[in-house]
Amino acid sequence: MSGKTLYRKVWDAHVVGRLPTGQTQVLIGLHLIHEVTSPQAFDMLREQGLKVAFPERTVATVDHIVPTKNQGRPFEDDQAEAMMSALEKNAREFGIRLFGVGDARQGIVHVIGPETGLTQPGMTVACGDSHTSTHGAFGCLAWGIGTSQIKDVLATQSLAMSELRVRRINVNGALGRHITAKDVILAIIRKLGVKGGIGHAYEYGGSAIDRMSMEERMSICNMSIEGGARIGYVNPDETTFAYIRGREFSPKDGAFDRAVAYWKSTASDSNAAYDDVVDLDAASIQPMITWGITPGQAVGIKEHLPRPEDLSSDDRAGAELAYRHMGLEPGRRAEGIPIDVAFIGSCTNSRISDLRAAAAAVKGKKVAPGVRALVVPGSNSVKRQAEAEGLDRIFREAGFEWRAAGCSMCLAMNPDKLKGREVCASSSNRNFIGRQGSPTGRTILMSPVMVVAAAVNGKLTDVREFVEASP
Amino acid sequence: MTAGSAAPRPSASGGPASLTPADPMRLSEISGTAIPVEGNDIDTDRIIPARYLKEITFTNMGEYAFYDERFEESGAPKTHSFNDPRYAGASILIVNKNFGCGSSREHAPQAILRSGIRAIVGESFAEIFAGNCTVLGIPTVVLSAEEIGTLMSAVKQNPKLRIRVSLAEKTLTCDGRTLALQVPDTVWKALTEGTWDSTRLMLANLDKVRKTAAKLPYLSGFAGAA
Ligand code: SF4
Repeated sequence: MSGKTLYRKVWDAHVVGRLPTGQTQVLIGLHLIHEVTSPQAFDMLREQGLKVAFPERTVATVDHIVPTKNQGRPFEDDQAEAMMSALEKNAREFGIRLFGVGDARQGIVHVIGPETGLTQPGMTVACGDSHTSTHGAFGCLAWGIGTSQIKDVLATQSLAMSELRVRRINVNGALGRHITAKDVILAIIRKLGVKGGIGHAYEYGGSAIDRMSMEERMSICNMSIEGGARIGYVNPDETTFAYIRGREFSPKDGAFDRAVAYWKSTASDSNAAYDDVVDLDAASIQPMITWGITPGQAVGIKEHLPRPEDLSSDDRAGAELAYRHMGLEPGRRAEGIPIDVAFIGSCTNSRISDLRAAAAAVKGKKVAPGVRALVVPGSNSVKRQAEAEGLDRIFREAGFEWRAAGCSMCLAMNPDKLKGREVCASSSNRNFIGRQGSPTGRTILMSPVMVVAAAVNGKLTDVREFVEASP
Repeated sequence: MTAGSAAPRPSASGGPASLTPADPMRLSEISGTAIPVEGNDIDTDRIIPARYLKEITFTNMGEYAFYDERFEESGAPKTHSFNDPRYAGASILIVNKNFGCGSSREHAPQAILRSGIRAIVGESFAEIFAGNCTVLGIPTVVLSAEEIGTLMSAVKQNPKLRIRVSLAEKTLTCDGRTLALQVPDTVWKALTEGTWDSTRLMLANLDKVRKTAAKLPYLSGFAGAA
């Protein structure tokens, strides 16, 4: 008999019952909220006279709209101030813990959940943001949800859901020098497509994933949703347990050992059955960049951009629209595409290891004239750690702006935006039209070290040569 | 049509009886004129640009639907079916493949609902988007690529064409022709049985939620032996 996947075990442990709709009512162990998608949910609760069922299982932070330059209150932008005040009021009224501006624990919700020890293996996690899949790096089931579902979780601590199929994605072998988790996930999405994961949970494994740090695993799981998979996860192992130990909300003393035993029991059995299995050779992955308007429109830095006529009829129309928006010439080399803006940040790549790698690559160099470059740490605690290590100085000396924590130019709901048709080399996760605040702005996704190489040379550059050519 | 309205029903806070699914809002059919929005992979950023997510109520979302596709940065209108007076008053939206992909923002179905749309017919839908539509009582129903193509050209030729989407029969009728609709079972049941208000359904089980929570070690601080 075949064994069970983590997905199956964690799902089963959280089933409340079957609903008349045919869906399953599933208990949510940890609910994270932020200022943008929660106010409407609280409004609906009030309109319907409902209460928050388990206020201690919801934690709030602010990230999407917070300015990263001047965080003094009231915020300059009235709407941002209104959202912030609404969250403060809702947290107070319903008895929910809030990490507000100035709190050492404030930051992008998918950075601070893990960082504070709230995110743990074997849990179910929900948050009104599609990149909630990030938390799956810890071996939990983590779903992005909409505002009505936030209302559901607040009122009932549960969600109505249907089961997913589970696809195992093995990344085996050794990654080349300067090849990062971001390159791996872009290669996976390129291979399986932006719709390939619909109806699936992605379980990532294989020797390359096993060797990754928690922060790298988070970058991978983060972008599961860009491949159409609502959740992605990695089985918990010693790397996971070591990361969690000693954090503010992690189990303490004897409880930690009992927790580890439980967490181990939730991992997929070695003989677990999967709906399908996909293999990727780690050694084949180059530094990746996107050339279009979906994260699946990606190539290696040493490749040429595809010609629409060489693509399947399904992909062709999308490619034509992408080329019209991007103003790039089909068939050209990926290397050498000029950029105007460089952004290091977002819940994909704004953790301390990302900033360390980027700082090491930029040390002693200068951002190209005419390029606007900024680094936005994922959380207050990442910011303070980076400053303690002197990374902020390295970035500033190179010509990067050093900002306070938030989502910033990942979705440009704060003052950090592209202008006009600017091209941005970005370590974020979405290159959709208009995503970075200008309807005509253009986004090229890549790893933080690739952003550094592009910022310094003013054009897309192979980071392997960039680093090796260094004095 | 009240069933598609996002406004709470007056009985919602009127005591325990209103919190059970005994008071269903069944949706059996939607009929009216249609409006086509062509293109595959229309993501939620295109349905509602992120800058409108800053508003803390959904009230004005209808005005912002497809905003950047409809207007230049200067405010000058572009060619878009949502700007075309011939489609005014349409209640059925016709789309192509993977509609609503991208961010899970519920502002997208809210924008569509509040611009008067009561049902969406397409080749395929992104999962989260379709789920977000269902909980607002907006059916997302599927036809083949060929059928969608034919339907779009018929509507473009005659925007006053009446279309009837019958959920009960899983059919779409237009111009005397009846097509079979694909509707995922969960969506179909929720809408036709009036159980799409998931909050009410689940609130009825709050005791079972507590029982499930009591069995999870992490919700009791990993007390006792594992
Ligand atoms: S960084 Fe970007 S993707 Fe991540 S939570 Fe913020 S807006 Fe969403």
